[in-house]
Amino acid sequence: MGDYREMWKNLNMDLEKHDILCEALPESFGDIYLTQKNRPDAMNYFNYTLAEIHGARIEEIKHEKDNGKKVVGTFCVFVPDEVIYATDAISVGLCSGSQFWIEDGEKVLPRNLCPLVKAFVGAKTSRTCPYFQSCDMIVGETTCDGKKKAYEIVEEYMPVHVMELPQMKREKNFVEWQDEIKIFIKRMEELTGNKVTVENLKKGIDLSNRKRRALKRLYDLRKNIPSPISGLDALLVSQVAFMDDPERFIENTNKLCDELEKRVNDLKASGKKRIMITGTPMAIPNWKLHSIVEGLDAEVVVEETCTGTRYFENEVPDEGDTIDDLVKNMAERYMNINCACFTPNEGRMDDIVKYAEEYDIDGVIYYNLSFCHTYAIEYKKVEKALKEKNIPLLNIDTDYSEEDTGQIKTRVEAFMEMI
Amino acid sequence: MYYVGIDIGSTASKVSAFDENDLMLNMVMPTGWSSVDTSNNIKGRLREKGIDVEKAKVVATGYGRVSVPYAHKTITEITCHGKGVFYLTNKDLVTIVDIGGQDTKIITIEDGNVTNFIMNDKCAAGTGRFLELMANTLGVSLNEMTEMALNGKNIKITSMCTVFAESEVISLIGSGAKREDIARGVINSIIGRIKNLLNKHGIKGNIYLTGGLCELKHFTQLLCENLNKEISTDPLARYAGSIGGALMAKNI
Repeated sequence: MGDYREMWKNLNMDLEKHDILCEALPESFGDIYLTQKNRPDAMNYFNYTLAEIHGARIEEIKHEKDNGKKVVGTFCVFVPDEVIYATDAISVGLCSGSQFWIEDGEKVLPRNLCPLVKAFVGAKTSRTCPYFQSCDMIVGETTCDGKKKAYEIVEEYMPVHVMELPQMKREKNFVEWQDEIKIFIKRMEELTGNKVTVENLKKGIDLSNRKRRALKRLYDLRKNIPSPISGLDALLVSQVAFMDDPERFIENTNKLCDELEKRVNDLKASGKKRIMITGTPMAIPNWKLHSIVEGLDAEVVVEETCTGTRYFENEVPDEGDTIDDLVKNMAERYMNINCACFTPNEGRMDDIVKYAEEYDIDGVIYYNLSFCHTYAIEYKKVEKALKEKNIPLLNIDTDYSEEDTGQIKTRVEAFMEMI
Repeated sequence: MYYVGIDIGSTASKVSAFDENDLMLNMVMPTGWSSVDTSNNIKGRLREKGIDVEKAKVVATGYGRVSVPYAHKTITEITCHGKGVFYLTNKDLVTIVDIGGQDTKIITIEDGNVTNFIMNDKCAAGTGRFLELMANTLGVSLNEMTEMALNGKNIKITSMCTVFAESEVISLIGSGAKREDIARGVINSIIGRIKNLLNKHGIKGNIYLTGGLCELKHFTQLLCENLNKEISTDPLARYAGSIGGALMAKNI
């Protein structure tokens, strides 16, 4: 990484603390990623992006900011990037996947809270995340009680816009979400000074759809037996998608897919167990479960998570002559994401069973970030749905710390021996 | 040819060996602070019994399974317990309760194979370590504590955490509570944890107790009474993991 200290200083970052964070990342990335054998060449782009995650990308964002662009931080796949792109702003998914931020998060939040919430609050209050520091506004949503209330704390530090996501899927809820998107459009117009038009919104929809299509293409390739790409690498691509320049991301993901398509013909059966991970998101640098699974004779071939299928499944149709038409299309697509924040949420069981068939899954690991109640409770439903199909399931409840790695390893290993 | 299973647990290490036909050896020793030293020690003790690990097939299991340099294969204690209990019981359907030093597991075996399992989370609550610590606090041995518990009335130990439970026991001692009653409270608290795990997991077939505690007959008796279920065990049950490992060494 180049010398970015001046830039970080100008972002009002805590440089000393940030140094500690930066030291830990290359080591864990090296141990987990660079030791993998036979990686696709096109992964070099993603290695580079990760290595420069607090450097080159932040510099790039700074240039765009200097040219008048606004930067918006998001935490959830329900926030419509289409609107952010339409107002010519930059969207960054704030990652919150590091144990490093937990300590600072716990200074202001209760301990028995989801690590993701503690981490994003800690990232802001400790001034060690250059993305957070670059944001002109962050966009929250009401997908869980922890986040909902934590935004009130973050609001003391920076402007926050919270979208109220309905928690049921009745007709009136779809209309409510359309209204929320319209309120968000207005807020983005105020922030950027750019009007949303049918034309620029269609462009935003097109860009978001192309990004989804690239990820979908990557996931479809993982259906091959064996998968031409490790679960760790695919997870990294998904994680990078949240902060990278979208056009460049699409180009490089497609390049990767071109390479993988060629690989598919030469791959020989590996006999590795094919695993699906379902549950809560895995933000950078949370590679804990994937590295445990792939350290054994197994490969993760699909993630039914927000850093997986829920991020890219289904496109927004661009038919329509008015902004209202397009907002309606968007609302339809987003409201059909099967997140455990909805009640009921039967669609998720259907998705999991469908993926288990499509990806030829040997076993499913339910990944639950500690204290994420909605997903923890929904485990029972998933267990039932998978039992009917005779698909083995293992439940792992964990946070970002390393102290339970040994125990999780034993469980996952025993699960592999069992299936 | 000898087939050896080595189960390095957090507290005790168990070793079992088969020759071509029979189970010919079981031994147990404290794991101590170094799994590597323990595995070297085991190598020496096996040699005294006429088994050269270089010429045998060795499977290592337990939390220290990676610290046995001469093992041909490592297999988790969950799979090994399944195989070992099937060997000991010869029953098609068994629910194993394994109370180890570091964790407690419930394992279902059907036709000799593990079909489902569950482990307690992260901490020492509900494990053998918890009982050991409480016995120390009461100044008695584990066996004495379970015997005392038989004659005690239940005092509720409310803390789930081992560390807090220990201070709770100390204050009970301070307040003049009877040792028998405290012992009963301690045993009941661990049984409560096991019961929760069992209810969550579901009971299929007979319950079979493995792990170091299965040698404490009073504990098994209290567990039976409390669960209101028949629980079987065996003098060899504490070797279930190493026996299973030795059996699986035959497949190498």
